[in-house]
Amino acid sequence: MLGLIGRKLGMTQVFDPQGQVVPVSVIQAGPCTVTQIKTMASEGYNALQIGFGDSKTKHLTKGQQGHLEKAGKLLRTLREFRFEGVEGYQIGQELKADLFTEGQLVDVIGTSIGKGFAGMMKRHHSGRGPMAHGSKFHRHPGSIGAGTTPGRVYKGASMPGHLGNERTTVRRLQVIRVDVEKNVMLIKGAIPGAEGGLILIRPAVKVGK
Amino acid sequence: MNRVIGSEIIREIELSQMKSNLPAIHPGDTVKVFAKIIEGGKERIQAYEGTVIKRRGSGVGETITVRRTFQGVGVERTFPLHSPRIDRIDVMREGDVRRAKLYYLRERQGKATRIKEKERRVVK
Repeated sequence: MLGLIGRKLGMTQVFDPQGQVVPVSVIQAGPCTVTQIKTMASEGYNALQIGFGDSKTKHLTKGQQGHLEKAGKLLRTLREFRFEGVEGYQIGQELKADLFTEGQLVDVIGTSIGKGFAGMMKRHHSGRGPMAHGSKFHRHPGSIGAGTTPGRVYKGASMPGHLGNERTTVRRLQVIRVDVEKNVMLIKGAIPGAEGGLILIRPAVKVGK
Repeated sequence: MNRVIGSEIIREIELSQMKSNLPAIHPGDTVKVFAKIIEGGKERIQAYEGTVIKRRGSGVGETITVRRTFQGVGVERTFPLHSPRIDRIDVMREGDVRRAKLYYLRERQGKATRIKEKERRVVK
């Protein structure tokens, strides 16, 4: 399904018709430009490549410039959306936030905030040892397996390591408001990444229930 | 797209929902909050009077917590200042207090919960 590329602007709150407070993420959604139409015949699958954000000639290679020539715009980010029925679109066509309607459920994909090398408590939500009464076991991982049998640590055992800064999808978020003029969308709840981070918005893949 | 442009858009969204006619409310003031209540499909206004014990947040998210003692039980209600469910807020009495959060009132009863009234500065 076709989606949009956008940027997270931040969070705020709005009042719904009942006067209840709704927490919302503010998203700059598009405008995006269609840069390439991939079809079964030429590429072996159907997809639409779209671009977002202004760029300059000095930031693009000659190859990139040539690719974007047909779209007639210098774009910073290119992303692909695979779906059937790409024939209805033209290269250079502009996609706006009116792709989405109020009340619709969407998935938002972004890069989560990097936490660096994190311990067991933060990374895997493990418990903590006593902080006092002579205890020397505070935030350690504890046991990572049995003894002589099996005699090794199983693969995939949860351990400290890098946390965050990875592609994260938040599914089924409700669109609260769409401002087509400014291409600004309000989506209920939190979305991955820091303010200013690049995000993808697409109609919810799993609907129902 | 930088942070500044984003924050301007957010400020615009917030400003469009904010009330401009709010009175100056401070901790220690006695206020009467007229809240709209939907009861059996009908809307009516309910007044709630008490002492402001805290004010927190900024922008659209700003709230006040109002405390009163009802039938010997302390009741605290938090109101979002800019909520459309709040019809209006009247300041009945301005209190003179020396802290921003009046949590100490929770441990007191009766006479001990009295708050000095603020002396109005006389403008010549």
